[in-house]
Amino acid sequence: MSAFLLNRLFQSIVLLVIVSIIGFTVLNLMPGGPLAQFGLDPGMTQKDVERLAAQLGLNRPLWIQYLDWAWRLLQGDWGHSFRDGSAVLTVIGRHLSATLLLMGTSTALAIAAGTWIGIRGATHRYSLFDYCATVGAMIALSVPTFWFGLVGIYIFTLKLGWVPAGNMYTIGDGSVLDYLHHLILPSLVLSLVHVAIWSRYMRTATLDALSQDFVKTARAKGVSERRILLKHVVGNALLPMIALAGMQLPSILTGALVTETVFTWPGMGRLFLDSLGYSDYPVVMGLLIFSAVLVVLGNLIADIVIATVDPRIRLA
Amino acid sequence: MASGIQAASPVDVALSVRELTVSLPEGMERAYAVENISFDLKRGQILCIIGESGSGKSVTANAIMGLLPKAIRISSGAIHLNGTNIVGLSPDKLRSLRGRVVSMIFQDPLSALNPLMTVGAQIEEVMAAHDAGTPASRRSRAIDLLIEVGLPDPQLMYHQYPFRLSGGQRQRVMIAMALALEPAILIADEPTTALDVTTQAQILQLIRDIQRRKGMSVMFITHDFGVVAEIADHVVVMEKGHCVEQGSAAQVLKSPGHLYTRRLIAAVPHLSGKDRVPSEAGERASILKVECLAKTYRSGSALFRTQRIVPAVNGVSFDLTSGRTLGVVGESGSGKSSLGRLLIKLMECDGGSILFEGRDIAGLSEAEFRPLRPKIQMIFQDPFASLNPRSTVGRILTVGPVAHGMRYSEAAERARELLSHVGLDAGAFDRYPHEFSGGQRQRIGIARALMFKPRLLIADEAVSALDVSIQAQILKLLDQIQRETGVSMIFITHDLRVASQICDEIAVMHRGQIVECGPPSQIFLDPKSSYTRELVAAIPGEQPASTPEHADFGRHHNRGETL
Repeated sequence: MSAFLLNRLFQSIVLLVIVSIIGFTVLNLMPGGPLAQFGLDPGMTQKDVERLAAQLGLNRPLWIQYLDWAWRLLQGDWGHSFRDGSAVLTVIGRHLSATLLLMGTSTALAIAAGTWIGIRGATHRYSLFDYCATVGAMIALSVPTFWFGLVGIYIFTLKLGWVPAGNMYTIGDGSVLDYLHHLILPSLVLSLVHVAIWSRYMRTATLDALSQDFVKTARAKGVSERRILLKHVVGNALLPMIALAGMQLPSILTGALVTETVFTWPGMGRLFLDSLGYSDYPVVMGLLIFSAVLVVLGNLIADIVIATVDPRIRLA
Repeated sequence: MASGIQAASPVDVALSVRELTVSLPEGMERAYAVENISFDLKRGQILCIIGESGSGKSVTANAIMGLLPKAIRISSGAIHLNGTNIVGLSPDKLRSLRGRVVSMIFQDPLSALNPLMTVGAQIEEVMAAHDAGTPASRRSRAIDLLIEVGLPDPQLMYHQYPFRLSGGQRQRVMIAMALALEPAILIADEPTTALDVTTQAQILQLIRDIQRRKGMSVMFITHDFGVVAEIADHVVVMEKGHCVEQGSAAQVLKSPGHLYTRRLIAAVPHLSGKDRVPSEAGERASILKVECLAKTYRSGSALFRTQRIVPAVNGVSFDLTSGRTLGVVGESGSGKSSLGRLLIKLMECDGGSILFEGRDIAGLSEAEFRPLRPKIQMIFQDPFASLNPRSTVGRILTVGPVAHGMRYSEAAERARELLSHVGLDAGAFDRYPHEFSGGQRQRIGIARALMFKPRLLIADEAVSALDVSIQAQILKLLDQIQRETGVSMIFITHDLRVASQICDEIAVMHRGQIVECGPPSQIFLDPKSSYTRELVAAIPGEQPASTPEHADFGRHHNRGETL
């Protein structure tokens, strides 16, 4: 187990280095470079821009810039935002909790609903419920999220007036209830597509587990159908789902670009879009590394969880 | 058949099946899975139900367990368990009978146990399902059961997960589970088919012992007359959903009445104490000479000291002359399939030499070996998985030779010739594999191998997936082909009886080494190594010293016949 972990850790580090090199290079190859914004500013001369570039070390060769950046990163210095000069980690921290709230809620909703729909679809295969779930999943997967967001705002905000159209809280209020009130619509819209994916996978995994011989053994033992489902089928069906959950983990913290924009939610997804728009390279690079680390971590956690619950891997 | 049987009094009959008809959904091959079958299982007896695939024997077992899938229904008849008719009982009543009055063990003990639950928990579940005892009493009962089925270290075994156990141990766990509530009836559906022959002998012995000790009634489903001879008191022979013959084991085995039973018994391969009559081909050149061949599997990482080293093939040497057949016999994990893969260079060896027609092919690169590939061909075990379902039979046969430079028209002509040679009609050329039965597909596999006019055929368990009557036909076909073409053969099998039918010489493999090599007569009648002796003794239904004469009789006389 520890050998396995060491091995994975080593692979992860190599992967992160490669990702950061590619990210850094591609970002700096973009036309105009990091200071293109200032070039358009009539108050700044070419000289000013060059002075700024020298100040920020942007006139050095790219590989030296990269090494410098990576060395600072290792020491915990993720650089400073071009926009307001605050540390990248501080900027990320400001947006992280908002994303965590939205994504955590919607993911929990999606997994709970998806698991239930998937299991029921498998146990009642080809029933009306199963057909509706299948068609519903197809629609949720094929219609873009922003459309659901806009329709949701139109119906529940403009027509019915039940929920606010956007933002995380009402300025001057900020009670728990107010937060929840703002959370309902975006988290539901966001969970739609995840329910669709999760329920489809869960249905397949459940059908697979149902057809296993040990289910027949349990029936031959006189075990009740309910217990067979809970004890023998669901446990085995959830095993392949853990890997899927691991892939889901990074997005809980990196946020949703489209939904956060539609609902003006101050999360990580919007931070990324805004930073790109301002050519705020230190923040963009910070977000890139942050999400790469999360992807690696998500997979690692999934592997560890699988190894803990599956005795075949735990002891082998 | 049914009318001839008087309903026995319920006192001495544990299970009585009367005029049972189970219908299949529309559009299937036939309307009924089983039609109008009747038999009794007397208390304290072992009843064997024997039949080939599609005979309806498993459907019968599932009907008795109340475990038929929804699409398959009992349309008429009665099944009395301990005097209660279970046909038409509610699912809840059926459930309360399962595991308590009648329990069942299955063919594959690996997949029949939940991989995520410990052995102990799975045994206790039977008792919990029927509200028997307290958690503490269930636990001690589970441990008692583990002792009863002869598992070592029951305290430890109780906490073990199934994947840690060998196939035989898993089947013992299944048996322990089935015995938990002391049911009156045990249904065993091919419980030893997936096991090695020595393990099979142990499990058969265990079932026999427990049945005697507890006075239990056992319904034992099998396709193997050897197993029947070993344990049956009473036999029911089934064919295509009908019960064609039943009677005491002695009666059915010694003087079978029905034609089908006779055919089935004749088709069972027997240990032949006699050696094969060699074909009359003239020169005897060495075609394959293997010396000190070795292959070691390594897994894990040397860096973290988790490396596991398994010597799969260890210093194997043999010599095969043209037109002869060498049998490689061994149990699972003996290295016989690894050896086959090494010979055809699907895998690189670690040491030793393979002299094919005098040239060492062991060290050849893939590019150097490629021109030789047509000369060494393989016949695979699974006739369903080894043919591409999306290709026509014609394409399957011609694609190889065309890749090696034969003109398509020539290859197609040869393919049609070979198809009729292996006993299929020429129309098979344009059809797809799924249109053929298992035996026919294996014929296609043989034709495919022959397309190249090979010098050496390697058959890896080529008849293991087939019913005995089909098995006999395929063996005869291989024999005939060898006599006509003079091809040499390496016949890899786990079944000593099959090997004795077709091999001139047999090499017995154990843990990667050949422990004994010799003609069948020596292997079976005068085995030198203790492992071979153990292996021969474990074959169900055979006493090697007293092999009945008629077993060979059919064999020699059938030689000249065409298929």
